[in-house]
Amino acid sequence: MTATLFFVQALNGLQFGLILFLIAAGLTLVFGVMDFINLAHGVQYMVGAYLVAAFSAWTGSFGWALLLALPTALAFGLLLEALVFRHLYDRDHLDQVLATFGVILFLNQGVKFVWGAAPLSVPVPEILSGSVEIANGLLYPVYRLAIIAAGLVIAALLYVLVNHTRVGMLVRAGASNAAMVSALGVNIQRLFMVVFGFGAMLAGFAGAMVAPILSVEPGMGDNILILAFVVIVIGGIGSIRGAFLAALLIGLVDTVGRSFAPNLLRLVLDPAAASQTGRAIAPMLIYVFMAAVLFFRPSGLFPVKR
Amino acid sequence: MTEIAETHSAPSLGARLEIIPVVLFAAFAAAPLLATFSGAEGYVLSLLTRVMIFGVAAMALDLILGYGALVSFGHAAFLGLGGYAVGILASHGFEDALIQVPVALVASAAFALVTGAISLRTKGVYFIMITLAFGQMVYFLATSLAPYGGDDGMTLASRSLIAGSGWLENDFTFYWVCLLCLFAAYALSRSIVASRFGRVLRGTRENAVRMEAIGFRPFRFQLAAYVISGMMAGLAGCLLANQAEFVSPAFMTWQRSGELIFMVVLGGLGSLHGAIIGAAAFLLLEEFLPEILHTVSFFLSEETRSHLAENWKMVFGPLLILIVLFVRGGIMGLLRRSHYG
Repeated sequence: MTATLFFVQALNGLQFGLILFLIAAGLTLVFGVMDFINLAHGVQYMVGAYLVAAFSAWTGSFGWALLLALPTALAFGLLLEALVFRHLYDRDHLDQVLATFGVILFLNQGVKFVWGAAPLSVPVPEILSGSVEIANGLLYPVYRLAIIAAGLVIAALLYVLVNHTRVGMLVRAGASNAAMVSALGVNIQRLFMVVFGFGAMLAGFAGAMVAPILSVEPGMGDNILILAFVVIVIGGIGSIRGAFLAALLIGLVDTVGRSFAPNLLRLVLDPAAASQTGRAIAPMLIYVFMAAVLFFRPSGLFPVKR
Repeated sequence: MTEIAETHSAPSLGARLEIIPVVLFAAFAAAPLLATFSGAEGYVLSLLTRVMIFGVAAMALDLILGYGALVSFGHAAFLGLGGYAVGILASHGFEDALIQVPVALVASAAFALVTGAISLRTKGVYFIMITLAFGQMVYFLATSLAPYGGDDGMTLASRSLIAGSGWLENDFTFYWVCLLCLFAAYALSRSIVASRFGRVLRGTRENAVRMEAIGFRPFRFQLAAYVISGMMAGLAGCLLANQAEFVSPAFMTWQRSGELIFMVVLGGLGSLHGAIIGAAAFLLLEEFLPEILHTVSFFLSEETRSHLAENWKMVFGPLLILIVLFVRGGIMGLLRRSHYG
């Protein structure tokens, strides 16, 4: 029983970790290449979810909604870049934190203005609804498996894109030394735009994918943004590989910790106290984990060499 | 971090700038008298009390942010620690501020000492993020404290007693106590900044390597400043819990930490009274922006106007961005520029 429970929780953790990775990948690139703290990355995830909700209500099909939502999320990201973020690249981190905080306030209220404060729900696409038996007597929703598959495919594509294409090479070079890349004749402004738009689209994709299993509501991006920051800081800012491993670690630590911390504590405490402290400790685990990692490796697990 | 560096060069502060804190405190002292004539004295008093409490918290942050360039993105945690110290002790029958406040200060200091010692090993962006992580840790701890209200928070039976008497129940008395705390915190911060300790802190902000080269260990000074700042914010938390007669995890969301940073930057980094002015500007704007929007949009239909007032945050957000982009040095910067230019 415990083994199957652990397996299900591990799958949930993997799914959560992959969603985190989709968000963190864009964030770590924007951070690494442009040295720009974008707190508004979380609202791009929210916008992705809202776009899918709106488009699937309009077209009646999740597939079409996803297809329409992705370019819209990209366009929206580029619009924000041109309107606000472009003017912040040469400012210090403090200004960036504040201005992007303003973007969060605006967009959280903005979606309330357009779609109302009540949470929206998106139906799970017909073809991916239902559950499959993955072990004897153990059912797991197909849609969650689809999220895992999509996340792994995107991760593989990103790996190829970053490590084996010209744009990827420029991005990696930009993460190590943006000024030098610019001096070598690369249009750094355009590279920034590409990276930014791509990151926004990935976050939007993550939001779109989770829309059927979570409720779509204002402020849904705020907490996941903080988790994405935890991921990129643990992974080492600017490192896609670090973000991938850290995202999976965080996903597992959080999901498995929440379900097993009370059980583990029962070994040393009486049941009532164990479930009480277990519930108290579980949400803090990832932050304890992050503090521990930064204590031993102040610039993350995979620091980008400068 | 050039902007932090240039916002204040101590010798060139004109005589007029020294007037600002005097005017500020005089205004706070005169406000209760004026509030009596305004007809809505309860409302005015509680709003201004809130301004002063956040003034203490913002000033605490300015001490490390403006003078040490340490961008702490988890300072709301200290507000929560102070608040929960009051709430938890009160629920166990310790209702006297003479017990609650020292406990809150010790708890804040201990938390600041441990988290500061870890955070200060990191630099720049990593520092911002690790302080954020510690803030979130305390936030989630509070949400899981089921005996003390969990997510919903806890209501205090009454305000804290002082040596056994319920003076603080009177809003006027509470106002004066907050003003006293604000003044004490200001005086303390001012003397810290002017001392040798403060000069080392500023030197570290400008160039940590050089400070090390001339024989200082910046880490100790930064950690001490972080602890002092945490204690001041903890005191603000005690006051906030007493004002609202309520404590909840909402005291320490990361958005609240962001608001504290905004208050300091809005007022102008590294001037202490700038942080108080920033807190006042932020809270008053938050309070009156809906009404202002309603008034200035007189040419629109009544329905659109109330819709606009309801969604005031859609104006507040862009306003924040515009302030960051165009008002360098905050309100104090504007005052300074009008003085010299």
